[in-house]
Amino acid sequence: MVEFSLPPRSKVRPGRTHKAAPDAVRMKRFHVYRYDPDSGDNPRLDTFEIDLDACGPMVLDALLKIKNEVDTTLAFRRSCREGVCGSCAFNIDGTNTLACIKPIDEIRGDVKIYPLPHMAVVKDLVVDLSLAYAQYAAIEPWLETESTPADRERRQSPEERAKLDGMWECVLCFCCQTSCPSYWWNPEKYLGPAILLQAYRWIADSRDEHTAERLDFLDDPYRLYRCHTIMNCTSTCPKDLNPGKAIAEIKKLQAQRR
Amino acid sequence: MATQQQRPLSPHLMIYRPQMTSVLSITHRFTGVALSFGALVLTYWLTSAAYGPEAFTRAQAVLGSWFGRLVLFALTFSLFFHFCNGIRHLAWDAGWGFEMNRLRATGWLVVAASVLLTLASWLAAYAVAAGA
Repeated sequence: MVEFSLPPRSKVRPGRTHKAAPDAVRMKRFHVYRYDPDSGDNPRLDTFEIDLDACGPMVLDALLKIKNEVDTTLAFRRSCREGVCGSCAFNIDGTNTLACIKPIDEIRGDVKIYPLPHMAVVKDLVVDLSLAYAQYAAIEPWLETESTPADRERRQSPEERAKLDGMWECVLCFCCQTSCPSYWWNPEKYLGPAILLQAYRWIADSRDEHTAERLDFLDDPYRLYRCHTIMNCTSTCPKDLNPGKAIAEIKKLQAQRR
Repeated sequence: MATQQQRPLSPHLMIYRPQMTSVLSITHRFTGVALSFGALVLTYWLTSAAYGPEAFTRAQAVLGSWFGRLVLFALTFSLFFHFCNGIRHLAWDAGWGFEMNRLRATGWLVVAASVLLTLASWLAAYAVAAGA
């Protein structure tokens, strides 16, 4: 259902302001979405003033500084701090990206950090990804075969292998998934760009023998065809991948086999 | 313990920075809806002609008023935008033009072409009307 405004209990209220030290030279304001599940209060937007001279270069550095030095209750996911784990995906300065590879310098004015859009918030910047993971499992992200393998691994030419470039690099951060208005309005029925990119990764794999079954599963007015080529996915992908193009390739295959 | 039903929904449309790609996409939708309305306007004009001279004169007066012209101008833009962006969609259906630089280039091309075509048809229409 298309619901343009937030439910009453989800509306974001103004929060607290944590001032920087008075001797801070390069001060920048970070507005961070907060939600405490135990308080029963509405979400709020807290403001943290950060001295950039005492902070690392990335948005994640600022979040870690806040958690270490200002407010230890701030909850967010992070792990690798170099853009390969996909944990620290948030809406930063209006678009979704990974906090660890987003330089603070690139953001003009105050920095606004929200959780990934249109998701159920567990706490602060942590959202519930169960649905997206279930959708990922539904496309069977593994090699499906019927034939008996030879006495060795299934071989693939360099050209066949090259078809997977631009897809295996996906870290499942769900930046694209939660940037897509179609996914916002139909999260239960539309698979979304991240899952469809992965679906195509297995369709395009020369070793996979379930291409027809995979295309059958996707041939659905919602699962695949809720993509209206809005292209927020490709424009937000922090790994510069192209989910929109992968979805178009699936649509082409569907048209060709009719 | 908060259950899933009680969890707040994170902000979406209201905080997401408008993207060139998404703005053109929603414009495509809006112009499509406008054209459905435009089909009604066209039908009204044609049936009034079939109805008789009096009805046709009235239709001409309504559509020729400043407000009528404004609506027709908006419909002209809708037609050209939807047409040009429709060609962009055809290219996408063929699998072409998904790289970010091409998305931006073809997007601006569509905007420029629909504005120019709209202005050109109105200038032509006024030139013909002045000559008549």
